[in-house]
Formats: sequence, structure tokens, C-alpha cells
Amino acid sequence: MATSAVEHAAPDAPAAHSKTGVWSWITTVDHKRIGIMYGVSAFVFFMFGGLEALLLRIQLGSADNTFLSPDVYNQLFTMHGTTMIFLGVMPLSAMFFNFMIPLQIGARDVVFPRLNSFSFWMFLVGAIVLNVSFLFNAAPNAGWFGYANLTETQYSPGLNTDFWVIGLMALGVASLAAAVNFFVTIINMRAPGMRLLRMPMFVWMSFITQVLLLLAFPIITVALIFLMADRYFGANFFQPDANGDPMLWQHLFWIFGHPEVYILILPPFGIVSEILPVFSRKPLFGYAAMVFSGAFIAVLGFGVWSHHMFATGMGPIADASFGLLTLLIAIPTGVKIFNWIGTIWGGSLQMKTPMYFALGFIAMFIIGGLSGIMHAAVPADLQQTDTYFVVAHFHYVLFGGSIFALLAGAYYWMPKMFGFMLNERIGKIQFWLMFIGFNITFFPMHFLGLHGMPRRVYTYPEGLGFEFWNLIETAGSMLLGFSFLVFIWNIWLSKRAGVAAPADPWDGATLEWSIPSPPQEFNFAEIPTVHARDPLWEQKRSQGRPLPEPPRVSGEGIHLPNPSVKPLITALGIGVFFTGFLLGSPWPIPASLTINLPVVLIGFAMTAYGILSWAFEPA
Amino acid sequence: MRFRSIAIGRLLWWSPLLTLLVLVAAGCAENYPQTTLDPRGEFARMVDDVFMTTVRWAILVFVLVEGALVVAIIKFRGKPDDPEPKQIHGSSVLEVVWTVIPAVILVMVAIPTIKVIFETAKEPADAMVVEVIGHQWWWEFRYPEYGITTANEMYVPVDRTVDLRMVSDDVVHSFWVPQFAAKRDVFPNRETRMWFNTEVTGEFPGQCAEFCGIQHARMGFRVVSVEVAEFDSWVAGMSAATEPVSVEGDSVALAGQQLFLTKACIGCHSFNAAAPPPGQIGPNLANIGSRTMIAAGMLENTDENMARWISDPQGYKEGSLMVIAGEITEAELAALVAYLRAQQVVASPPVVADIQ
Repeated sequence: MATSAVEHAAPDAPAAHSKTGVWSWITTVDHKRIGIMYGVSAFVFFMFGGLEALLLRIQLGSADNTFLSPDVYNQLFTMHGTTMIFLGVMPLSAMFFNFMIPLQIGARDVVFPRLNSFSFWMFLVGAIVLNVSFLFNAAPNAGWFGYANLTETQYSPGLNTDFWVIGLMALGVASLAAAVNFFVTIINMRAPGMRLLRMPMFVWMSFITQVLLLLAFPIITVALIFLMADRYFGANFFQPDANGDPMLWQHLFWIFGHPEVYILILPPFGIVSEILPVFSRKPLFGYAAMVFSGAFIAVLGFGVWSHHMFATGMGPIADASFGLLTLLIAIPTGVKIFNWIGTIWGGSLQMKTPMYFALGFIAMFIIGGLSGIMHAAVPADLQQTDTYFVVAHFHYVLFGGSIFALLAGAYYWMPKMFGFMLNERIGKIQFWLMFIGFNITFFPMHFLGLHGMPRRVYTYPEGLGFEFWNLIETAGSMLLGFSFLVFIWNIWLSKRAGVAAPADPWDGATLEWSIPSPPQEFNFAEIPTVHARDPLWEQKRSQGRPLPEPPRVSGEGIHLPNPSVKPLITALGIGVFFTGFLLGSPWPIPASLTINLPVVLIGFAMTAYGILSWAFEPA
Repeated sequence: MRFRSIAIGRLLWWSPLLTLLVLVAAGCAENYPQTTLDPRGEFARMVDDVFMTTVRWAILVFVLVEGALVVAIIKFRGKPDDPEPKQIHGSSVLEVVWTVIPAVILVMVAIPTIKVIFETAKEPADAMVVEVIGHQWWWEFRYPEYGITTANEMYVPVDRTVDLRMVSDDVVHSFWVPQFAAKRDVFPNRETRMWFNTEVTGEFPGQCAEFCGIQHARMGFRVVSVEVAEFDSWVAGMSAATEPVSVEGDSVALAGQQLFLTKACIGCHSFNAAAPPPGQIGPNLANIGSRTMIAAGMLENTDENMARWISDPQGYKEGSLMVIAGEITEAELAALVAYLRAQQVVASPPVVADIQ
């Protein structure tokens, strides 16, 4: 027995400790490194999406502007939405899932480390497919919602929509694989004593998010396959002339699309629920209510999709039902907001940068929530839908909400992830620039929408009164964009200053603060045993604050999974397979074949090789 | 140092508010003819009432909740060496209270919501039917009672309910004329309906509200609400409009008439409002000279704009189906403009009502 363990450990040792070089990153199965790769690439795409937004804002800065051509504008607004959702906010959450879930539940890694690596590479493949379209001046241009039948070849003959369909399919594979992984990880890998109702709130909200991903992504995948069949093989799912139905697309899209909104906001809810107690030095108010309200929001999230479709004329019964269900969501959401305020009430607030962003999140999310109630009032929505009022609403939820919370998370956890402290003063300056820039950019959109400015318009004529607020918004958006340069500057400066982060810089409550910053590859030298919620606070209470700095240990004999390149090969294979759908047929016959069969087959072979060799590779 | 940073912090707290106040004051001075906030018809008014109900509750909730947040931030600001605050894990009483109070508010919002949903869904009585056909990127309006077809300009008699029967010729559009009614999507494979009435005369802008391709931004229209007598004379004029308005005696316009035939305009456009020839894919041009707007409600109908539009339709509206066959000289352009501007079946509609 003992000999076999040694034999097993021996070949691991060199791989586990060769920690530098590009190859070590490419083959890594370490959840922390994968998390960092998610974070870095998501931030790069997030900056792309922001740049796209700034170009849109310049175009809208004056009436009848010709800065962007109509088609380029449509490509940019489509890619802005698609990028921010699928390549920005989702993978930024995935960064924290990867890095923090195993640490918070006291595990050495996720349950399927190689699948985790595959998820990341698959995400990158999808992201590249989507963005490479710009090089062909064929970026998707039918909106992130891709309403049929505009997306049929008859009305969208170019590759634009093909890039969109295929990119989203690839991203869907990545999301589903990751969701399976984290779902099982949270169920199975918790440290002894960490019962479900002792899990940190971020883990809870992440867990609910994985359930949403598992249920919602198959639906969009079905819809995309239908659309692909229409576009490539002459099927008629959404072709009205052949008794297909554009409404079918809308239903399928929003049955995915509304849960997707909660996929974007629940992890940020979790992040804020971690930060507020720590910086208030007081436990989360109403833990159980926070868990159940999150779950309730997720369940309701599958029953309100048609509130995106009130203008389609579904009839009064459907309108009333979906309106009422939507109003109902305000109750658990309200509970969350009140419990957050209850958490800081009576606390001893330590006004560090993460706290600024977390409080900014609450303040902004309230506004987004209230305009959400206005949309649930169906008749009012009939005026607001497809106007800038909606644009204002969801930016208050997804920027004022998600992005503020993700930045709070970044300032909170980056010392743990990278081992250096971020500059507090610059962090607060960034907060104020972002807070002011955000409000100048998005608050006037409420006015513009109510005064009749539709969304998704590349320009507007003079005489409708839209010039003034649009110009203000454009100015605000520049400030907002600038605030992210300050963020990058802060990281660069702080890294250079190199103020080492202790294991527990914030007097944290959860297990990730019990190990050195940055964590060692195996996370925990010894798997902790959990006796209560906020396990680290519990430990400090019994042993006295502050705990001694945990030593860095050799980790001899701890078995870690081997690095593997097979997940990357599999992801690339799927990428090549999909690329075959974008290259066009190499043969003139049959004329109806619009795919490149050789490339598709090579991709298929690569994928098959990747999966098989992966299956037989020793872990 | 510490004192200075607090002072700057205070200033930063207030600066967004002050800026906002100045900006709102400036923004209110603008004129918004496409606004949803100044309803001029029953449908839009009912919708506005629901909206204002939600606004009142929202402001109340906003003030209370943001207020509580700000109070908490100011009141409970601590120092690192402060003693640990009392560890409170929750309060069942409070949590029930802040579940029930929002629920009550939501009921207050739900009641008018449901009421108006059903009221606006009622079949309108004694209504004038107008068929709306959405095209990429213009609007066709047909009056089955009068056998009239027109484009981008919907004449309606004031105080009469209009019953819209809508269908799309291509992709999904959305019909929206904010001061009279809200939005209703227009589908290629089924009829959608909405009604509205106008309480004032005047000309009101509307616009497609569902993304429908490259020129979604330039798919506008006008609703022209006129007195009944004026509407009747419009109907009379349009029902008789089977031929272009004669331009005899105007040599420039006559040349334009010839060009209309030779420059391929005639392939897509007709001046016959009463019995337009089937299969024409462009907007009907009867009465084009009297319309206030051209290019689907986007350009004011002046000689210059007409010249700009027809000399380079792709320049103004890239992707539209309109093209000019071959080169066009300045003189030819002037002739075409003169001809089109002379196509006045009825006198020009009233100027845009002062709605401020």
C-alpha cells in the first residue's frame, strides 16, 4: 500500500512543481491557474466590448452622425451585447467560480480538473470564433437576441449570423461542461462538516447558477441548431413562408435568455454577500433567507420569459400571467437588498475599496430593480420595451449590478489570487470615476427612452429632441471607459510596489483566507474540518485574532492530477469542426452543400482523438 | 491630509446630484415630439396612468431604501481598532415585514396593471380599420373601407378609434406611435392588432421599434390627425387618385414625368392610391408632394431633401432597395423633384402641433 503511494507520487512530483513556462499554463489542470486564464481573457474581451460601446456612443453623440456606417454600427452593437454577456460577465464569474469555489469549500481542486481545462479552452475557441469575424468585416449584426426571421439567409445572407450561431454553440459547450463540473464539485468536494447550510453565500449563489446553466443552455443550443438547420440545410423552423414561426425563436431564446440574466447576476449577489459581512465585521443577515430567495429567483426565472415579448400580442391572459410572475420576482430580490442593508446596519464598516464597490452595487442595483418593476407593469412595458429605457434598466442591473460586484470581488480576492495588495487610494479614485461616469452614461437613458428613442438605432434624426442627453451620455461613457484604465494602472502600480498580501488581509470569514496568498498548488496542506458558518471567524474566536500566518509547506506526498494537453486538443478539434461550417464548400457539387466537409471531418477526427486519448491518459 | 480627503469625499458625494439637477433642468427644456409622457389618446393615457403609478411607488421605495443605505453607511462607519460589533444573524420579524411590505406594494401595482391589460385588449367598437404592412424599411397603410393605399403617412380623423390590423411583408417589425398608443409587433405570418384614437389634431411621429435590419433606424412614419371634414376631403382626393397629378404647362415637371418612366422609378412606385398595380415593391407615391416627410418619415419634404434622397438613396439609406438607373444630371434631378413635389392630391397637412 505504502509503496504504491510513493510510486504514484514520484512521477507527479516534477510535473507538479514545474510551475513556469507557457507549456505549464497550456497543460494546467489547476483550478487556480484556469481561473486566472479565465479572468485575463475575460478582461481582455470585456475591454473589447467596452471599446465597442465607446464607438457606439461616439456615433450617437449627435443627430444623423456618420462616424460609423449603419452596418458597422449594427455589428458593433450586436458584438457589444454578445461580448459583454458571454465573453465578459459570464467568464469573469467563471474566474471566481474556478479560483474561489474549491478554496471556499476546502477542496484541493474541482472534481474534474481536465474537464475544467477543457471548459476554458472551449470558451476561448468560441470567443475567438466570434471575434475573428471582425477580420472579415462579417461580425454578427442581427442583435445578441438574433430574432428570426431576420437571421434567415434570405435577410442575413452573409457569414455574420453564421459566426454568431457557431460562436455561441462553442460557448454553450464550454458553459455546460463547466456547469457540470462545478455542480458536482459543490455537491461532492466540500470539506468535512461543511453542510449545505454552512456553505459561503458565494458558493450557494454559484451553485444555483450552475443549475440555471444546466437547464438554460440546452434550450439555446436547440434554438441555435434549429437556426443552423434553416441556414445550412434549408429547414423551415423559423421560415414563415413554409409555416415556420419566428415566434418560436423568441420563446426558445427567452426561455434561455431570462435565466441567463440570473446567470449574470446571481454570482455577483454571492460576491457582495461575502464582502459586506467581512467589511461590516458582522455575519450576513438572514443567511437562510438569502439562500432561499436566491433559489426562488432562479425558479421564477424560468417562468417569466415572455415578459420580453409583451409587444408581440400574446393576449391578455398570457400578458397578465407573465406580468404577475415578473412582479413576484421583486419579493425575493427585495429580501436580498434588505438583508444586505441589515448586514451593514449595526456593523463596524471598514471602508476599504471592495466595500465601496459592494455598496455601490447595492445603490445601483436598487435603481435597476425599480425600473424592472416598471417593465412588469405590462402596459407600461408596451411603451418602454425596445427603447433606451430598457437599455438604462439592464445596464443598472448588469453594470451597476454585476460589474460593480465583480470589481468588488476583484479588489477583495486579487490579494489572495496574486499575493500582492492593490492600492487603496487609486482603488477609491477608480470607484468614484466609475460611479459618476456610470450614472452620467446610463441615467439619462431613462429620459431618452421615455421620450421615444428606440434601441438598436444607428442614428436618430434632428427634431425629436434626442441630441442633448445623447451628447451627455457620450461624455459620461468616456469617463466610464477611463475608469477602467485607472483599474489597469492600479494593478500595474500595485504589482510593481509589491506590498505582499498576508494570508488574511481583511479579517476574512471563509476558508480561502486560512491559507497563504497566493495559495500553494494543493490549496490546503491539510483538509480543514468545518464546525460552523463563517468557519474562519469561528476559528479566530476560539484561538484569538489574528491567527498566525500559515506556513508555506512542501506538500510532499499530496496527490495532484497530472497536467494534460488533451482537453486543449479536444477543444481545438471542436473548433476546427465548427470552422468547417464557416469556410464554404471546396467542391461545386452539390451546390446546396455550404460546409467544408474535409475540415469538418478533420475537426471530428481531432475531437475523437482528443476524447479517446484523454480517456486513457492516467490522471 | 485626512481632513482634506474627507472634504473631497463629501464634495464627490454631492457632485453627481448637483450635476444631475443642472442636466435635468437643461434636458427638460428640449422638445420631444415622440414622447411617451404626453399622451394624446385613450390607449396611451391608460398606459401612462399605469406607468405613473409605478413611478410614484418607485420614488417612495427609492427614497426609503437608498436612504436607509446611506444612513447605514454614515452611521456605522467604523475604525479598524473598534470593538467587534454585536453579532446579529437575522431577525424573523424584520424579514417577514420586508417580505410583506413589498408584496403589498406589488399588489398596488398589479391591480391597475391587470385592469389596463384587459381594457386595452378589448375589441374596439365603431372603429375605422387601417391595415398596416411593415416592409424593410417603410410602412404601407391601407384603408379597406375606402380602398386607399398610402405609405409612411397615416391620415386619421380626430376622436375616431382606429383599429390596426398589422402584418409584415418580410421580417418582424413593431408599430409604435407613442403619443397615441404603445407598441405592437408586426409579424410576417400572423395578424396582430392594436387600436388607438387621437384627441387632438396635428402630426405625430412614430417609428419601428423592433430591430429589423440595416435601416431599422430609418423606418419612421407620421400619424396625421385631422378634423373629420378634412379627413373626408383627403379620402375623396385619394380615392380619385388613379393617375399622377397632371403637370401640364410646367415644362420642368413634364420633363420629370418622362424621367420617372425612363429612370426605372415606375418599376417600383405608383401614383395610384385607389387601385395600385399589384407587385409594386416601393411605397405608393400618391400625394407625395403634400407629405411633410419623405424617406419613411425621416427627411422633411423640401426640394433639397427630395433631390438628396432620389439622387443618392444608398447614401442616405444604405441597403434600401431604391436605386437610380444610370447617371443623373443636375437638370434631370431638378425635373424629377419638380414632378414629385407637384404630386399633391390634397393640400399639405397642418404643421406639427405644438405639444409642449
